[in-house]
Amino acid sequence: MITAERKPIQEIMNLVSPYKNLLLVGCNECVTVCSAGGRKEVALLSSALQVAFMKSGRIVHIQEMTLERQCDPEYIEQLVPHIDSVDAVLSLACGCGVQEIARRFKEKMVFPGVNTKFMGASERPGVWAERCQGCGDCLLGVTGGICPIARCSKRLQNGPCGGSSKGKCEIGPDVDCAWQLIWDRLKALGLQERYETLLPAKNWRNGRGGGPRKIVREDLM
Amino acid sequence: MKTESVLERMFKAGHLAVTSECGPPRGALPEKVREKAEMLRGYVDAVNVTDNQTAMVRMSSLTACILIRQMGLHPILQMVTRDRNRLALQSDLLGAYAFDINTMLCLSGDHPHFGDHPTAANVYDLDSIQLIQTVHTMREHGKFQGGDDIANPPKMFIGAAANPFADPFELRVRRLAKKADAGADFIQTQCIYNLDKFEKWMEGVCKRRLHENLFIMAGITPLKSAGMARYMQKKVPGMDVPDELVKRLAALPKDKQAEEGITIAVEAIERLKKVEGVCGFHIMAIEWEHRVPEIVRRAGLYPRPAV
Repeated sequence: MITAERKPIQEIMNLVSPYKNLLLVGCNECVTVCSAGGRKEVALLSSALQVAFMKSGRIVHIQEMTLERQCDPEYIEQLVPHIDSVDAVLSLACGCGVQEIARRFKEKMVFPGVNTKFMGASERPGVWAERCQGCGDCLLGVTGGICPIARCSKRLQNGPCGGSSKGKCEIGPDVDCAWQLIWDRLKALGLQERYETLLPAKNWRNGRGGGPRKIVREDLM
Repeated sequence: MKTESVLERMFKAGHLAVTSECGPPRGALPEKVREKAEMLRGYVDAVNVTDNQTAMVRMSSLTACILIRQMGLHPILQMVTRDRNRLALQSDLLGAYAFDINTMLCLSGDHPHFGDHPTAANVYDLDSIQLIQTVHTMREHGKFQGGDDIANPPKMFIGAAANPFADPFELRVRRLAKKADAGADFIQTQCIYNLDKFEKWMEGVCKRRLHENLFIMAGITPLKSAGMARYMQKKVPGMDVPDELVKRLAALPKDKQAEEGITIAVEAIERLKKVEGVCGFHIMAIEWEHRVPEIVRRAGLYPRPAV
């Protein structure tokens, strides 16, 4: 999933401060799963903002909505009946959702209420960790199902640097060494020889290095 | 000979090679570079010049290499893949070769997390092994990594690092094999304090006959004090300082510890000279360059042979 974290309330207040009527829009997908911008977080933020504004002597009207998917134009249409009655939109979706709102409603300012973080998975309740950087050329098949691009701090593709110690990365004890994980897994699978495959200089054009990316599927057009 | 590198000549003549290092200054201070390098003249065959080591901004390795080369000494251009992409790395190699710099060391580099610009983006377009491959392709095929021909390709003698003390230990010989496959000519290891573990790693290296194609230089860093030994033991990732070394230094009064540190380094060199596959010593005396001549002399590595 795409993970996100809510911005500090003061930052959100600064962003929306000139506006009196806000549409606060959540998303029922990834940000709901990572408890950053679903229906529940929309309700919580709405009350928190109203209380905080009231303390500073301001009345702000907030309409709450949570769409099934904010990155999908079909669901964005559900905002149409409400958009004229507000001055600005505050979105709790990932950056994709915020941009879909901006694209659809050209005359309405939209603000992000969360910081979009990474593509990751839930490790245990309350902990999410990065798993994929969308490099566009998946090499999990040669690295035992553990991604060195996303999980090695230096995205080294040919093995651990000299800073790998007791399974941890040199940058800190909370970060697993991706190459220790890869090696342990290759060993468990009896595939140690795979480690010796040289991975040549990566083609970053498949990733962000090639500029903004697009997928075009003519069969679906 | 693959290159005009003095280091290659030294190895191929069968001599134990000696290198040391010079960390460029944190300012536009060419005199500092010359001062440090001058201390090493006559005592080492070549001088490694670090590349923004510990992720702190310093005078560029290439510039300091040029200054050192102009003194008639032989620099080893260290290149980390943290700060520059494949375009910048290759263009610097052309520049280096234009100044008669023909020996280099490929590294990934310390993460920016440790340095004075922790908010910097880390590049890592290539990893150290892909850099080795790139430099090797430039030399052997006269082509850039992108495939185009190079006019007067740089013929670099290609070095790489190895840390036998990092984890997972059992992977460390295989990692060296990958560096050899990628085209490395010589290796400089991490500072060796745990000699038993180093010898165990070298056994693995020789068993795979990697020493037949790689000149391996053992890394030596003299300990200045018990405090430094403890710091290296506890705080520096991938460093293995046995307790008995810390105890040996701590047992002496503070003003005697530096001397003992030098003795420990000399003893290590003496023992490692006998290890199969060890072709030389890389003495990294961090901000202690003036003690290098003494270590070289006491270890019986002086005078340096003419090649």
